[in-house]
Amino acid sequence: MEYGLDLEYSFNEFLKGFGLSSEIAHIIWLPLPMLLVLVAAVVGVLVTVWLERKISAAAQQRIGPEYAGALGVLQPIADGLKLLVKEDIIPAKADGILFTAGPILVLVPVILSWLIVPFGQNLLISNVGIGIFLWIALSSIQPIGLLMSGYASNNKYSLLGGLRAAAQSISYEIPLALSVLAIVLMTNSLSTIDIVNQQSGAGILSWNIWRQPVGFIVFWICALAECERLPFDLPEAEEELVAGYQTEYAGMKFALFYLGSYINLILSALLVSILYLGGWGFPIPVELIAKFLNLPVNAPLIQVFTASIGIAMTVLKAYLLVFIAILLRWTTPRVRIDQLLDLGWKFLLPISLANLLITAGLKLAFPQFFGG
Amino acid sequence: MSIAITTQIICFTILSLIILIGALGVVLLESIVYSAFLLGGVFMSVAGLYLLLNASFVAAAQVLVYVGAVNVLIIFAIMLVNKKEDLKPINDIKSRRIISTSICLTLLSLLIRVDLTNVWSLSSPQNSIGEESTIRIGEHLFSDYLLPFEVASVLLLMAMIGAIVLARRDVMNKDISTGLPVDQALIEKSSEPLLSNKN
Repeated sequence: MEYGLDLEYSFNEFLKGFGLSSEIAHIIWLPLPMLLVLVAAVVGVLVTVWLERKISAAAQQRIGPEYAGALGVLQPIADGLKLLVKEDIIPAKADGILFTAGPILVLVPVILSWLIVPFGQNLLISNVGIGIFLWIALSSIQPIGLLMSGYASNNKYSLLGGLRAAAQSISYEIPLALSVLAIVLMTNSLSTIDIVNQQSGAGILSWNIWRQPVGFIVFWICALAECERLPFDLPEAEEELVAGYQTEYAGMKFALFYLGSYINLILSALLVSILYLGGWGFPIPVELIAKFLNLPVNAPLIQVFTASIGIAMTVLKAYLLVFIAILLRWTTPRVRIDQLLDLGWKFLLPISLANLLITAGLKLAFPQFFGG
Repeated sequence: MSIAITTQIICFTILSLIILIGALGVVLLESIVYSAFLLGGVFMSVAGLYLLLNASFVAAAQVLVYVGAVNVLIIFAIMLVNKKEDLKPINDIKSRRIISTSICLTLLSLLIRVDLTNVWSLSSPQNSIGEESTIRIGEHLFSDYLLPFEVASVLLLMAMIGAIVLARRDVMNKDISTGLPVDQALIEKSSEPLLSNKN
């Protein structure tokens, strides 16, 4: 255990002060970070939806949402409320059970993946040993939910959309995992905390983006494809498939898909910032600044300050990437399905394999720069 | 009994129930799509059992390989060739059922016998590796299990080459199924863009 805030420990000590046993304290503590992260994810979605509307409006020389709150900030809440109270329709010839289970299977793995997103040394739900591998495994469940809802809708557009979604996420999973593997190779650990700590040596200079530029680009392209964002949004291509697997959905079930796709986008942006952009690290190491100002790093007040800088940096980097994703969505045309599969299998896969090989070679040749 | 153990027992009961009921559903349900989705549920619960055994890496690998790849491919195949076809009635269904039931019961009795005679508890406290298990698996794969590991990779390579040969008929000049010479022009035509010749 290094320095940094340990809220769990302090909370448990606080409860033990009231005469509770450590087990009871642990049980009371357990739901708190989960709830906090869930709320953070949903608020993140609201912000992203607002950003998406405003930025798309700016890209198309419109004004965008204007009247709901200042600059239309309440618009996403209005959208959400509308979806909440809308009638929940299951089409007559659809398969009711699978139709309901589909959106849940799409949303739950995405939310579970937030388990491993760190906002600071101890600011994550659980520092599981398999860390980033858990995310890769969980994100492979999603295609089942998409296939399920595509099939259960009993609609040819839905089925095609579901099949496309599954094909797309299977083919982009592989280069994604390979570029993560290159990072893991340099870190010697799967844990997200270790990955960030390994990049925190010299501030912005030690971020993985300089050591893994190819991996960064491959990962970002694959993350966009996994989120079905616009250059790769073939599963819901409006001109061809109405809305893909979402065609028959309305009300809260549609909202689950909507939430899932945006939470996934934010999650991908957060993971890019953790893997390649130094996570919660400030461009200049905070410890250096503290030393320069003659402040003790382990003082409680400084720790609260650095923790909040860490959270702010993580969110800032993630939203910078979300901004790029939104800009890409509103300025690029959609690729064709054969181009999509060509890009995945004939370009990204060989490149990420070569990247892995070169990383392994560099790690052995220059252990001081590429992790020993 | 501590809370951790209680949670463990509850999780184990739920997971085993899901596995048993799900597996029965995979075999007994008429609709093949339901069977495929239930199979995914069974794989997930097996991953849950691995988690209970402190083998988180194996659990994640189980989800990635069995749910994310195998099960998705099964569902994919079912949906691409989803013909509503009635199964042909079998003449001697009764005698077949009797034979298969007796075989299954024999297998079951053998497994029960195995369960009762074998000593399952580990003597050494090796089962508390926990987070280190990933490293241990890697060490074993590249030392004492190197040969099976390499054989498996050769097998996968063979399967991959086979799939490519099947998918790319143009590398062969004979059609595999009919034995007739392949019309190469037809294959070339499918890879041309549709609109390139107009103006």
